[in-house]
Amino acid sequence: MDIRNLTIKEAHEMLVNKKMSVLELAEEVLKVAESTKDLNAYLEIFSDVRTQAEVAQKIIDSGKATRLTGIPFAMKDNILIKGRIASASSKMLENYRATYDAHVTKKLRDAGVVFIGRTNMDEFAMGGSTENSAFGATKNPHDKTRVPGGSSGGSATALSAGACLGALGTDTGGSIRQPASFCGVIGLKPTYGSVSRSGLIAMASSLDQAGPFAKTVEDAEIIFDCIKGHDPMDSTSYPADFAHPKFKSPKVIGVPTEFVHAEGVDERVLKNFEESIEQMKKAGYEVKEISLPALAHGLSVYYILMPAEVSSNLARFDGVRYGYHVDGANLLEDYIRSRGEGFGREVRRRILLGTYVLSSGYYDAYYGRACAVREMLKKDLEKAFEDVDIIATPTTPTPAFKIGEKSSDPLQMYLADIFTVPVNIAGVPAISIPSGFVEEDGAKLPLGIQFIAPHFGESALFSVGKDFEKAIGYNI
Amino acid sequence: MAIELKDVEHLAGLARIAISNEEKKILQHDLEEILAYVSQVTKVTAEFGAPTVGELHNVMREDTEPHAGGMFTEDILNQAPAREGNRISVKKIL
Repeated sequence: MDIRNLTIKEAHEMLVNKKMSVLELAEEVLKVAESTKDLNAYLEIFSDVRTQAEVAQKIIDSGKATRLTGIPFAMKDNILIKGRIASASSKMLENYRATYDAHVTKKLRDAGVVFIGRTNMDEFAMGGSTENSAFGATKNPHDKTRVPGGSSGGSATALSAGACLGALGTDTGGSIRQPASFCGVIGLKPTYGSVSRSGLIAMASSLDQAGPFAKTVEDAEIIFDCIKGHDPMDSTSYPADFAHPKFKSPKVIGVPTEFVHAEGVDERVLKNFEESIEQMKKAGYEVKEISLPALAHGLSVYYILMPAEVSSNLARFDGVRYGYHVDGANLLEDYIRSRGEGFGREVRRRILLGTYVLSSGYYDAYYGRACAVREMLKKDLEKAFEDVDIIATPTTPTPAFKIGEKSSDPLQMYLADIFTVPVNIAGVPAISIPSGFVEEDGAKLPLGIQFIAPHFGESALFSVGKDFEKAIGYNI
Repeated sequence: MAIELKDVEHLAGLARIAISNEEKKILQHDLEEILAYVSQVTKVTAEFGAPTVGELHNVMREDTEPHAGGMFTEDILNQAPAREGNRISVKKIL
């Protein structure tokens, strides 16, 4: 058995049929985690994995196993697990211990998963390469000279390397889908409001959403089914009695051709995307060209709204109640020095940018306008979904780039999010699925295709995703 | 959009973040470049008329059923840099 090819579904069957114990499975995963330590995917491997495995084994032995009981899981370091450190890869929270479980943590815990460790990320989820971690960059398992994407790069790497069977990340502008694409795994950004944000370390609250990394669409669905649902602790989570529209199985795929051919999109990415779309035609899907000019404004809307929310969310880190503290001559100096030293460079940059766009002289020009364009983008998408069931784009404009290649040019780094950001702006769900490879410098670099559905259309994503896996003969 | 060094200093002051002189210059350049890019939105809205406000409705839960007092006190105070009894200790502000 190669653990790297083992899906959650297969592992579940082996566990309940007693072909393998939870401990044996966990030991296999820990072995891989140890042998791939140089990737820097995990910030910490928990010391109580074996105890957790025993608890899960008891649940299985009592016949009460869920599909996730005993499954080794990795958690991004901005998701609280009670009693454990949650640093968001920041010096600011290096020693912070969570005082409660995130809603998603509790759901997974109740399902009996085994938490293997917490994974590296861009500091406070700000970045697209995991280079912005205060604890060193994570490396792409397909080519160690390249980034795994970000911000959930540690979770994507751990799963791709076989150091867990499922993982959670968070996605504010592409932070699940982009690393999933770079690492050759599946990543789902659920509908805003379908998964509770309670217990996630907030970055931009109107955009943040937690979601799964998995090796197959079916595994992603299993994890999503576990973590979704209403939570009174998150006022933006949809109540359980919310009338979820029932989606018929999708048949028509819309391709925003003009948007996909934006400046800076790699020719090989476009070729792979076109081949993928051809495969979907062969699989019986109708493909329609659509025009969505508003999508092109997604990135500029994002880089106004996101830093605005960042500057206000991160105001809580004051060196007084918790987190990094530097003693100054007075309280004001405590604040200034604690925040100056506790936050990394990209975080400082975004806080200043947010402070600027929210300042009284520029509020209308930037924040106000960005909110208006956001509404426009939402309406344009809604209109597009009257004609098509699913919208498809590449997940990223290029395959994984080299470590250090974009780290000194923030705007270039931001442009890597061009296809993923509009999805968060509109709050709709999207999934990234491996669609092939490109060869570069002797390494095979994964590419991904992104499918976007209307609000609460996750079931449509799973349906089209499974068809896509079949159409391209996807093997893990 | 021209950003001056003193603008960067002003923003850093508002955000309560200490920033080195070397970084101020980098930030001046970065902010100028990013703001020039995101200024696209000003042109878009001009094409589509006045900004609209999203639909607002109350999503707050009722302020009822509090947990028992003191349940989280120790856990939370353990995270504070300085404490005095059951209180977080800060420098005086007056």
